[in-house]
Amino acid sequence: MTEIDEHKTLKPKKGERQESFRNLSDIEIKRLYTPEDIKDLNYEMDLGEPGRFPFTRGAYRNMYRGRLWTMRQFAGFGTAAQTNERYKFLLEHGQTGLSVAFSLHTIYGYEADNEYALGEVGKEGVSIDTLKDMETLFNSIDLSKISTSMTINAPASILLAMYIVTAEKQGHSPDLLRGTIQNDILKEYIAQKSWIFPPEQSMRLIVDTIEYCTKYVPQWYTISISGYHIREAGSTAIQELAFTLADGFAYVEAAMERGLNVDDFAPRLSFFFNAHNNFFEEVCKYRAARRIWAKRMKNKYNAKKQESLRLRFHTQTAGVSLTAQEPENNIVRVTLQGLAAVLGGTQSLHTNSFDEALCLPTEKAVKIALRTQQIIALESGVADTVDPLAGSYYVESLTNRMEEEAEAYFEQIEELGGVIPAIKANFFQKEIANASYKYQQEIEKNKRIIVGVNDFQLREPCSTPLLKIDEQVSKEQIDLLNKIRNIRDNERVKVKLEKLKIAAQGSENLMPYIIDSVREYTSVGEIIATLKEVFGTYDEDSIF
Amino acid sequence: MPENRKIKVLVCKPGLDGHDRGAKVIARALRDAGMEVIYTGIHQTPDDVVNTIIQEDPDAVMLSILSGAHNALCPIIMDKLKENGIDDVLVAVGGIIPDEDKPNLEAHGLKGFHGPGTELKEIVEFVKTNLKR
Repeated sequence: MTEIDEHKTLKPKKGERQESFRNLSDIEIKRLYTPEDIKDLNYEMDLGEPGRFPFTRGAYRNMYRGRLWTMRQFAGFGTAAQTNERYKFLLEHGQTGLSVAFSLHTIYGYEADNEYALGEVGKEGVSIDTLKDMETLFNSIDLSKISTSMTINAPASILLAMYIVTAEKQGHSPDLLRGTIQNDILKEYIAQKSWIFPPEQSMRLIVDTIEYCTKYVPQWYTISISGYHIREAGSTAIQELAFTLADGFAYVEAAMERGLNVDDFAPRLSFFFNAHNNFFEEVCKYRAARRIWAKRMKNKYNAKKQESLRLRFHTQTAGVSLTAQEPENNIVRVTLQGLAAVLGGTQSLHTNSFDEALCLPTEKAVKIALRTQQIIALESGVADTVDPLAGSYYVESLTNRMEEEAEAYFEQIEELGGVIPAIKANFFQKEIANASYKYQQEIEKNKRIIVGVNDFQLREPCSTPLLKIDEQVSKEQIDLLNKIRNIRDNERVKVKLEKLKIAAQGSENLMPYIIDSVREYTSVGEIIATLKEVFGTYDEDSIF
Repeated sequence: MPENRKIKVLVCKPGLDGHDRGAKVIARALRDAGMEVIYTGIHQTPDDVVNTIIQEDPDAVMLSILSGAHNALCPIIMDKLKENGIDDVLVAVGGIIPDEDKPNLEAHGLKGFHGPGTELKEIVEFVKTNLKR
């Protein structure tokens, strides 16, 4: 009897502290994984060398030995001038890319003085109404040298247009610009809820941006297909994996229906995943994602270029895992989550600040979060070799299992008629609501331990200093907007909006019309209101 | 209130904040605790909230705000309720509400202030023991 067989004969439950061990996707974890668990694994077909099909081991040959991941902290609050100061602070401390958080009124396409904007201006992100705000946001930051990620969805085409024109005013042509717009509306209907138009019209705008960027802004990532928000809304890791990739395939199909060649646009699609608490589950999720994407892009969509098959992703540590109780413990959680993202081969990373269950992060908290990445990168040694966890019986077996479970979800979605019909049937929304309720109940029954929350509680009063957004921001922003309304050529604004409206009624690409409109200092709110007249709006069933 | 009547609760998301995970989990927990629960969904203006309260006549209203808009929106809701002569409804707000904001919200008649990490049974108990009718 070999040593391995001997282990298998031991009674698994004997002397264990729990009846069963389950990860956050409710997969039962075995006491021990052995060669038996990966006996069908074929190195060339299932793993391959890093940078080669099916990319399980990594998107690039050298990974972090070549270049470290981009350290990109999501930031934005108050007015454009305030956020511009934070960006300069982050760049001075070694951050290598910018990431813009927008105010909710911008995200929903309302001007700062709209009734829906009441109390929201500058609270969760930077308030942007017109091109003027965008110029201020990137004041003294050379847009040909930096890469910028903009977390914007329904009005993504408008903010991209403003970015292009801001760069143009700095003297840079669009082909030099590097960055990402999130532009992922499907996950908005599924999880994050910042939709404006109905799904079909939203998809048109997205394909418009893909088509436009493919021609004129070739270094731009046109969609950041996001699982982050799906996970934050309460999904499991497997649901995050499956729903995100299903959205990705839906975008590929929509662009191909427009007549675009898959190899022309697929290399500019990128992904955005969450990094939650269960370490190995997260690592396997990223590895499985790369393999699923590569296989489908090759086999189903006949993509030929390596870049079309190669899934690249940004990661943010799980905001929802941060605790308001003993917030300093979050530094440790974020370290583990960030490490999982790195061992999973992320291309860029945002590490959350420890105070984010309480407020937007203070400068001190942001600095610790950035330092966490720098320590992982430069002190721990984990970036010295590519995909060091490969070949682990547990990791490979769990990677396989996650792929299988994701495939089962793809079948269900297909049976419902695809992603948009599944959204309309509330399929994703119900799956996520059920998973989040189950997770909460497990915490309440102490089946899952959150240190300082349902075990080892201290209940000491919170002493973390908080960042407060001055209520004056709203007034300042409205004043700025009024000033622009008074000095711009309002006749030209009207003409450009009318042209946009006529174009929206037809089937032309809307990007040139949107660019023409923002150039005249037309606000995000005005452009969205014009498009609403043609496209209408969307409402969801509020299920719980 | 009479023993045999179900407690009626309105769970509500004022403002533009789309973070509805907490609101949905709480809505379900209150329902599982035997209450009648109506969830308004997201994007409710203060007028929307007050109109729904007038129409539905709930015993308790649970506002969930994580965007920081609580200081602007909650007092307006309370003032409008007063204008409409509604003073027997428990109105609670939860989400991310910094301690220093609580006195002003309390002065407007708001209760609760349950934040991240609160146990659902604590919220169920809170509703049961703080009803005004």
